[in-house]
Amino acid sequence: MPGEIPTTLLAELTHRCPLHCPYCSNPLDLIRAESELATDDWKRVFTQARELGVLQLGLSGGEPLLRKDLEELAAHARREGLYSTLVTSGLGLTRVRAERLKEAGLEHIQISIQDSDPDVAERIAGVRSVKHKQTAAAIVRELGFAFTVNVVLHRANLDRLGEIIDLAADLGADRIELANTQYYGWGLLNRSALMPTREQVERSREVAERAIQRYRGRMQITYVLPDYYEPYPKACYGGWGKLYLVVTPNGMVLPCHGATQITTMQFDEVRSHSLEWIWRESAAFRAFRGDSWMKEPCRSCPRKATDFGGCRCQAFALTGDAANTDPVCTLSPLRRVVDEALTEPSREMPEYSYRSIAGEPVRA
Amino acid sequence: MIVASDSVPKLWRMARLQFDPVRQRPVLLYPEGAVLLNDTGAAILELCNGSHTVAQIVTILNDRYQADVSSDVTEYLSLMAERELIRAG
Repeated sequence: MPGEIPTTLLAELTHRCPLHCPYCSNPLDLIRAESELATDDWKRVFTQARELGVLQLGLSGGEPLLRKDLEELAAHARREGLYSTLVTSGLGLTRVRAERLKEAGLEHIQISIQDSDPDVAERIAGVRSVKHKQTAAAIVRELGFAFTVNVVLHRANLDRLGEIIDLAADLGADRIELANTQYYGWGLLNRSALMPTREQVERSREVAERAIQRYRGRMQITYVLPDYYEPYPKACYGGWGKLYLVVTPNGMVLPCHGATQITTMQFDEVRSHSLEWIWRESAAFRAFRGDSWMKEPCRSCPRKATDFGGCRCQAFALTGDAANTDPVCTLSPLRRVVDEALTEPSREMPEYSYRSIAGEPVRA
Repeated sequence: MIVASDSVPKLWRMARLQFDPVRQRPVLLYPEGAVLLNDTGAAILELCNGSHTVAQIVTILNDRYQADVSSDVTEYLSLMAERELIRAG
């Protein structure tokens, strides 16, 4: 056995983005344009990823359309046999670029929607964007790409979940991914503005379940629950270093897009090492592989094969030790830090700290 | 409905069948997902191209494997239809 074989690579081609969403999954410390990998670096990474067993490639960001070599990278990925998804805000997806991407062999495009209410959507994105997204969606559909709408859910939009799902259907989506906000980086910084109430979460779960039935055969709906309201943690990408890897704009390789916030860890990068070496041999990828690193209560817990102790990044962010049980788990002795966060929605909603690449977060 | 003998199953337009030299087996790729296949599964899916009925697929594969594969085919197609990876043509 050659060990674990990854299936998915998320390529964060750039951290530059026209949107300023306060829950962005990029780290607080955003990579600047001058540090980004060159075209040939990315091509080498894609080739090495396929050789390692990767099947799915996410061309993501920031806004990946800000990379002028996106079409070239998409064509290279297709030649290597990867199935690529462009993860975009839709801004900058002109007909010319979409046609070039189609020619390059790109198959699937994901466009983010912030809300069904255009005013709230633009308040969340921090920029005029709704019309651009509608135009982009029409182009994606017309050119025959597989089309997914993705939506991050939180306190300000969760009550319109039904309308949001209907909007995705009107835009012609094949799929909609509804993911409650995960509280890392920007999301954690804005947690008290984003955290929904328990009532919101319960209502939205019912709305999602009904919509899944109603849209069956027309539009696939995936609904990711907010883990803070769950009794057990999520199985983060099937476990650390098992199926998934992320390459950041400057070439750092991570087991999870939030991993740089584990400030006690060092991550290797693709300009110094092969992807295969990083995946198999690097200290970072080996740190939490398997279960020998686990402490109690995980070590003796039958659920360790189901959720792998939850998320290492969340354990670090909330408890200060990445080897602790994810405190979302009700078996964690530190679950109180999550329960305390669940009292946040009962207080007045603070303003968002918007994502910004230039120094300090921008206040509304 | 897809597995009725006269229905014409078709692979989802966004799914792609290919051979993976790393895992040494056929795979079905589609948005945000992949299914590792065995040779029989791949043989069935290759015939889901919108030009064969389920009955014709069974005939072709019965002939190829010199065995009655009808229940295997129906079961497999139901599973793939449930996952919306094949659609009625």
